[in-house]
Amino acid sequence: MAQIKGTDLFVKALKEEGVDILFGYPGGQAIDLFDSLYGQDDIEVILPRHEQALVHAADGYARSTGKVGVCLVTSGPGATNLVTGIATANYDSVPLVCFTGQVPMNLIGNDAFQEVDIVGITRSICKHCITVRSREDLGRIIKEAFFIARNGKPGPVLVDIPKDIQQALGSDEYPSEANIRSYKPSTKVHEGQLKKAVNVLNNAKHPVFLIGGGVNISRANQAMTRLAELTRVPVITTIMGKGAIPSDHPLYVGNIGIHGNYASNTAISECDVLFSIGTRFNDRITGKISEFAKNATIIHIDIDTASISRNIVVDIPIVADAGNAIDKMLEYARPLPTEDWLERIQGWKDKYPLGMDQRYPGLNPEKVIAKINELFPDAIVTTDVGQNQLWTTQYLSMTGKRQLLTSGGLGTMGYGLPAAIGAQLGNPDQRVIAISGDGGMQMNIQEMATAMCQELPLILCVLNNSWLGNVRQWQEMFFDKRYSSTCLRYRKGCMKDCLNPEKCCPPYTPDFIKLAESYGAQGIRVETAEDIEAAFQAAKNETKRPTLIEFIIDPEANVSPMVPTGKPLNEMVLEC
Amino acid sequence: MKKRWISLFVENEVGMLAKISGLFSGKSYNLQSLTVGETEDPTVSRMTIGLISDDITFEQIKKQLNRSVGIIKVIDFTDTPIHMKEILFVKVKGCNKSDREEVFRIAQVFGIQVTDYGKNSILLESTQTEARNNDIINLLDQDFSGRIEVVRGGSVAVEAISMQDR
Repeated sequence: MAQIKGTDLFVKALKEEGVDILFGYPGGQAIDLFDSLYGQDDIEVILPRHEQALVHAADGYARSTGKVGVCLVTSGPGATNLVTGIATANYDSVPLVCFTGQVPMNLIGNDAFQEVDIVGITRSICKHCITVRSREDLGRIIKEAFFIARNGKPGPVLVDIPKDIQQALGSDEYPSEANIRSYKPSTKVHEGQLKKAVNVLNNAKHPVFLIGGGVNISRANQAMTRLAELTRVPVITTIMGKGAIPSDHPLYVGNIGIHGNYASNTAISECDVLFSIGTRFNDRITGKISEFAKNATIIHIDIDTASISRNIVVDIPIVADAGNAIDKMLEYARPLPTEDWLERIQGWKDKYPLGMDQRYPGLNPEKVIAKINELFPDAIVTTDVGQNQLWTTQYLSMTGKRQLLTSGGLGTMGYGLPAAIGAQLGNPDQRVIAISGDGGMQMNIQEMATAMCQELPLILCVLNNSWLGNVRQWQEMFFDKRYSSTCLRYRKGCMKDCLNPEKCCPPYTPDFIKLAESYGAQGIRVETAEDIEAAFQAAKNETKRPTLIEFIIDPEANVSPMVPTGKPLNEMVLEC
Repeated sequence: MKKRWISLFVENEVGMLAKISGLFSGKSYNLQSLTVGETEDPTVSRMTIGLISDDITFEQIKKQLNRSVGIIKVIDFTDTPIHMKEILFVKVKGCNKSDREEVFRIAQVFGIQVTDYGKNSILLESTQTEARNNDIINLLDQDFSGRIEVVRGGSVAVEAISMQDR
């Protein structure tokens, strides 16, 4: 049996796991690992400019390809910078394996230079995390890490490798399979329970499907579309479930939740059977819990037992992967006479459609996103968090090969640009567009350099209202316009109690166009609706560098409609 | 709200105790006692956990434990026949002669062992159920208020064969 270094087994393991891209940032305790990656062609090593962006990039890669995203960073600050990205991936069930270098075993606990207990820090935000304490465990632990990340409910796994373990000689064998006695995710569907659920559905008068991210994660979109068409049951999605069926499909109602549309929230409130798949009934979608779908029999399919009957008590629980369950349902389901119900829902849609144009004529986010729908129907779209995310989930069409990557659970600003980098690297033949606000874009702006160096033709849309707009909207609605720390034009000389966005304000900083150009990217500022198309066409012509398009939008544009905190879903404020 | 008991089989690995106690604190579950020790298989540890919760939260706790990597098996001991014991030390201090006589009487009546004993102090050792140990502490606290020192080990439990403790 050949003896090889831990670092060489690490590289061998990655190759056997089919890793083609690794997102890495070197440092003292990871230098040996990077040395073993040097000069080989099978795994491309991408160097983002900050470890937080590095995890988001791996996350974007994983979400858009369905493969495991792999990160490699050094100990101490390299490891702690992963925290936000790991939590982001954990909340949205993204399979990642994050390797961290660690100080040698004999220094652990000594407060050595760049030593942190990263396993202790990330324990509550990882699916699994472990320090390798013996060279002979290294292969097994890496094998188990990939198994845990991708099986059951996917999630991030952290493997911490002390430097002496990296350097130690040991077996060159990498296990062919993982057998973990404490982790045996179920792959079966309980047919009896599923038949019972379908039977309830078949007898419903006003049924709806409520679809969450689970359907997208198990790549069951086409099966879900067939199921909707077979049953004639309308489909409502969460933000994470958007795209479960095409958004131009006649059975698609829209998003549920505090910024969902009127028809979806009303339909949920009035349905008699709520058939939910792959959602955990997060508080952003339920509104006031006691009023949520209160007349409905609730069926809940989820891969995670702990997500069932946690926020909402359900009548028929089914633990299963969304894709497997939908495939099985296709065997039992039958068409339902939902014509009248669909007509009522259409009535609600017609009565209160989404739309910004009347209230905010001229350049507005709806127009920008409509142009993306028109010119880039197959593009992968990422968002940041805040109004930009909400507008995107309202107006983006999910058709063709479109995927929407957004931080739905943790709500992480700064996600959009690095996630777009990961998505583009994983999908070189598709366009990738990031939609950000001016706040979020500045949280990982340094990744313009990564996009340039990797020659990625990303289209980065910055919806610049010069505010942290979502918080400003809340301050306007619920805090008497006390705009505390949300104005990004604020300068030292400004009045502390300024109530007048954009009245004699200091200039915005930074100048996004000059900034883009300083990275070597194309920068275009758009100030009127007429210029949207030309900017996108100019971006479309670029094949080897990103284009940043800054859209100057109304600083007081709000996201409507909205369910105020603590209110039931059917008590929406229609115009915020 | 009700007192519940869980028996856990976990991997005997670094960090398991932190993982489980962290799960309880992170999710605001009310952990009352936790004991842990190696089993006949040195790669497996067994924990006995006592907690107070409502039905829905308790279901959630069991599910959260079940889905955790490293936890091999979760058994709900709340309403099953088990044997359960807790070790309790109570040191009674500042005793005069009549105090000592009273402590000895209590020990005799409640099946408590007198483990150590000096001029002014007596050390009692009780291996009984948690509920009975609570009663003993209450009784001693009434008679010797401010003069007792209590050390409790937390309960360990095992499934009953033909008899049970509760």
